Amino acid sequence: MVKYTLRRLLQAIPTFFGITLLTYMLMLAAPGDPVSLLTFGPSTTQAQRDALAAKLGVNDPAVIQYLRWLTGDDWMRRDTDGDGLSDQCIILACDADGDGVNEQPGDRRGIIRGDFGRSFTKPRNVVDMILERVPATFELGFISLAVGVLVGVPIGILAAVRRGSWFDSVTRIGAVVFSSIPIFWLGLILILLFGRVLFPDVSPNPFMMGGQCPPVLVGGCPPIQGRLVYLVLPVFVLASQGVAVFSRYMRASMLDVMQQDYMRTAYSKGLSGRTTWFKHGARNALIPIATFLGPSITGVLGGAVLTETIFSWPGLGRLGFESVVQQDFPVVMAFVIIGSLATILGYLLSDILYALIDPRIRFN
Amino acid sequence: MATRVTTTSVAKIGVPDEAHEHRKPDSLTSRALRRLRRDKLTLVALAVLSLLVLFALLAPAFETWLNISYTDVQTDKTFLPYGSFPHILGTDDLGRDHFARLLYGARVSLSIAALAAGLSLVIGVALGMVTGYYGGIIDDLNNWFIATLTSIPSLFLLLIVSALFIRTSTGSGVVPLILVLGLLGWTGTARLVRGETLSLRERDYVVAARSMGAGAARIMFIHILPNLFSVIIISLMIDIGSLILVEAALSFLGLGVKPPEPTWGNMLQAAREYFTRGVHLVIMPGVLIFTTVLCLYVIGDGLRDAFDPTSKD
Repeated sequence: MVKYTLRRLLQAIPTFFGITLLTYMLMLAAPGDPVSLLTFGPSTTQAQRDALAAKLGVNDPAVIQYLRWLTGDDWMRRDTDGDGLSDQCIILACDADGDGVNEQPGDRRGIIRGDFGRSFTKPRNVVDMILERVPATFELGFISLAVGVLVGVPIGILAAVRRGSWFDSVTRIGAVVFSSIPIFWLGLILILLFGRVLFPDVSPNPFMMGGQCPPVLVGGCPPIQGRLVYLVLPVFVLASQGVAVFSRYMRASMLDVMQQDYMRTAYSKGLSGRTTWFKHGARNALIPIATFLGPSITGVLGGAVLTETIFSWPGLGRLGFESVVQQDFPVVMAFVIIGSLATILGYLLSDILYALIDPRIRFN
Repeated sequence: MATRVTTTSVAKIGVPDEAHEHRKPDSLTSRALRRLRRDKLTLVALAVLSLLVLFALLAPAFETWLNISYTDVQTDKTFLPYGSFPHILGTDDLGRDHFARLLYGARVSLSIAALAAGLSLVIGVALGMVTGYYGGIIDDLNNWFIATLTSIPSLFLLLIVSALFIRTSTGSGVVPLILVLGLLGWTGTARLVRGETLSLRERDYVVAARSMGAGAARIMFIHILPNLFSVIIISLMIDIGSLILVEAALSFLGLGVKPPEPTWGNMLQAAREYFTRGVHLVIMPGVLIFTTVLCLYVIGDGLRDAFDPTSKD
């Protein structure tokens, strides 16, 4: 078990490496450069721009820039005598701009040590900006995923047990319908329905048309049980996709299980239909569902971008979208890499979970 | 295939079997077509989709017939409701005809999705077939690349790529969007085709062709590619459907096709800004996206059932 987990972790390393390489290449290929973004003021002289360019290393070869971004530059330029200037340099030149004075020692620790640099648009560390948005997205994503599983799985089981009944047809059509609805449009329609049609003159609206909690000056949001109404619409929008996916897979998996020999054995020894379906069938049919939990994290994160934008939810998705619009590259990079890490972790967990609950899988 | 084998073996034993003797051996495709003709749901979806495409193709004809235009700004006729003749579906925030814009939006949205799906299909089939056939190092490299691409949440990847390359492009952004969607969307098809190729290359007829001296290119194009037909056509339908959703989402966020070029997605973006004044503008673009995608998914599912060799007639 430990060996299997370790091997899967090792396999994740080249993937992570590929992701950093891909995002960095995209960033390099993008038009516009960070120096002109940072020194926008007309009073900036060319010499100041050159000094900043040397400090940021934008004229270095791409490989070195990538290495610097990935691993940091605090080990590339070090200050051993305490005069505030670098004197031990590897890979990078100590005096990069050629003015006779050595550059300041490196202070970046690189993304593998959790340093994503500073935002272009706000005077803040990217990591802090990301971390303060994670709880809101986690809250929305986790609840939506839970609703998706808790509603989708029973629907799938019942549909399979009553194959060909009206319940089966209705839920199957429902699943295709909900996976064809654009979720941002569903959000708009819900706002229209609850805001304009059902409660046009009620203020505040009982379903709260956006935000995570009532606006306050200090203290932040109350604990989750105090603001459940804010969650209803966004969770409905985000979970609708999950319900569609999980009910479909659960139905297929359950139909598969119902043809197994052990099910026939259970029937023939006189067990009731209910015991057979739920104790023998559903528990086995649930096993493959574990593998869909990982991929569904991607869906939740992508859906979060749209849902959070529509419902003004202060989460990671909205931060990412806003940073994309403002071309705040350090935040965008962090957003993509952290989203990918969550996805890799999700796949890893669902593989391990699968191996853990299915005794037929051997770890070799 | 199975039918043919039974017929000959029955004939050899000499027991006549009426049902089998008069039936021509069918190919998988003719059997699939026969099943499709009886699948009412798929036929309805096909009809609705064809109607939609026809309407989109006839957009200029509708313009002259109703004397409307999808570009004409009329500041005195903004936010007209449904049924304001000749603007049967009203007008938008600039007084442009909503019906005409929906039709032209259909042209743009459908062609982006279809062309991008075509592009990713070509890449996916080529890569899947080559890596599945040869295996080895190219297969490993390709698998690593696919694992990398699919580990990035696809909307995140599309967001940065379109922010970097589409927003900065001049023009409406249709061509860059097709390229971006096509170049990033091939992983699913490649995986599917690779899997199929892995099993096809061990079949007897491929081994036979190889033993007669057929080269790799001939085996791939003459013996493997035709057998991938059903896989390809099914994934094409599903891909076009999901690409319509993706294009709409990107344009809705303002990172896809730029106004005034209409697509269903950016029409919804504009409608969202004038939410209180033009409620009717929110409904139809979404209904059309939903209908089109639903039809494509239903057709995809119908084709899958029809081509499934294990399903009964």
